[in-house]
Amino acid sequence: MATGIKKLLVANRGEIAVRIIRAARDLDIRTVQVVSAADHDMLAARLADEVIEIGPAPAQKSYLVIDNILKALAESGADAVHPGYGFLSESAEFARRVTEMGVIFCGPDAQTIDRMGDKVNARAAAIAAGVPVVPGSEGRVADLDAAIAVAEEIGYPVMVKAAAGGGGRGIRVAQTREELVKTVPMAMSEARAGFGDDGLYIEAFIQRARHIEVQVLGDGERAVHLFERECSLQRRRQKVWEEAPAAALPEAVRADLCASAVRLAEEVWYRGAGTLEYLYDMDREAFYFIEMNTRIQVEHPVTEMITGVDLIREMLLIAGGAPLSLSQEQIRCAGHAIEVRVNAENPDKNFLPAPGRIETLVSPGGPGVRFDTGVYAGYTVPPYYDSLLGKLVVWDTSRAAALDRLSGALTELEIGPNPTTASLHRDLVQNPDVRAGNVSTLWLEDWLRAAAEDGLLKTG
Amino acid sequence: MAIHKAESPLPGLLYHKPEPDAQPFKAPGDAVALGDTLALIEVMKSFMPLEAETAGTFKGYLIDDGEHIDAGDHFCEIEG
Repeated sequence: MATGIKKLLVANRGEIAVRIIRAARDLDIRTVQVVSAADHDMLAARLADEVIEIGPAPAQKSYLVIDNILKALAESGADAVHPGYGFLSESAEFARRVTEMGVIFCGPDAQTIDRMGDKVNARAAAIAAGVPVVPGSEGRVADLDAAIAVAEEIGYPVMVKAAAGGGGRGIRVAQTREELVKTVPMAMSEARAGFGDDGLYIEAFIQRARHIEVQVLGDGERAVHLFERECSLQRRRQKVWEEAPAAALPEAVRADLCASAVRLAEEVWYRGAGTLEYLYDMDREAFYFIEMNTRIQVEHPVTEMITGVDLIREMLLIAGGAPLSLSQEQIRCAGHAIEVRVNAENPDKNFLPAPGRIETLVSPGGPGVRFDTGVYAGYTVPPYYDSLLGKLVVWDTSRAAALDRLSGALTELEIGPNPTTASLHRDLVQNPDVRAGNVSTLWLEDWLRAAAEDGLLKTG
Repeated sequence: MAIHKAESPLPGLLYHKPEPDAQPFKAPGDAVALGDTLALIEVMKSFMPLEAETAGTFKGYLIDDGEHIDAGDHFCEIEG
């Protein structure tokens, strides 16, 4: 397969750097891996054709320093950069400066990153494309009567949010009209005291939500979807377990959801791989666009398993100047895939980080089993970066079969001596709610709390 | 009076202050009570407090603010 890229600089680390190097190698693209002083031993540095050090261990002094990466870029003569996820992957400035050097940025242009990275702009683009967003007031509500009018239109329960709040602060929930009448004046004086601004807005409160997201690929003109993923099992808003397709989605809703993602991607002339994140309201049976991630995501392999499409390869081909290689009709969803994140954390001690030397690593195998990792036996996991050691991904013809296959693969997986979240997944894969797909975004934290109280798990 | 050296249970980056422009948790001469936060450690993007396991008088930090610390390293001295 031909691409316009000859030499690719990988501006990331860990398992995703390995994943990018493998995709580049399959396309006969040479690779340059940038590393911090702490990362010379990582698997990606061993697999890359060239390695360039870009600074000391902390990411703020290496992987996040645009100047250092651009210097490595100039030195290496690479003609493209893949940013992976995290770090600079959604930095419009990084994308712009790479492009200004005449180098290809494997992702959308800086303008698109800026536009979709801003929640207000992204919401406006979604509305323009006819994609549903969480219903609520158009900006601030003038007074209590206006708040009641909005609430009656969208239905209870509703959230009363301080316009000047953020990060979960200044939010109250009203289940009924009576509660709203009491809540609004209180929320106003609280907002005035807390934020110096008594502006409020009203939004539908989604009690039982599932996190569902749609994978898209675009070439700047046309976009296609690669079906949806479900990532409802989360702890502290971090995904721990992901599946494709979403188990509980009615077929008609799925078709609407995926079509809406394509409309939005085409609305912004999207180029590259992207993910549109939605909340699915289990009570209202409706989905709402939340935000778009303008990069590859950690959980992309479940999509690869059900579609057979190599997403990183597609990103490289599109970045190299090729139009989309697939039509929507060519992309089929077959079977079911599950990914679990194996993190260097101790589930028995409230997920205390557990960096250190890996003495044993036995990867599971067999049909439909994939283990993407950036570590190996004898490697010391540094304390400076996130705790993801690897992703165990399984595929089978049905969700029930995939769960059984996951259970077997987790039995085979051995990483030691430090604790990992593999033990959590061994519990989850046997859990009746997980097996029935009867979960929401709150389920895992509720279950962990109950398990801690029952003494099944000791919290640290 | 014995000098007690507090040790870090984890490797990571040690911080003397809750935020970059804040005052250090302890200055030499400060009283230390059991459970007082002496420092923060950043491990795998999580910040955790390192709390006093002895009471006494704070003598000083043994590792600079923002520097690497290994598990088992001593990071401050308390006289008590």
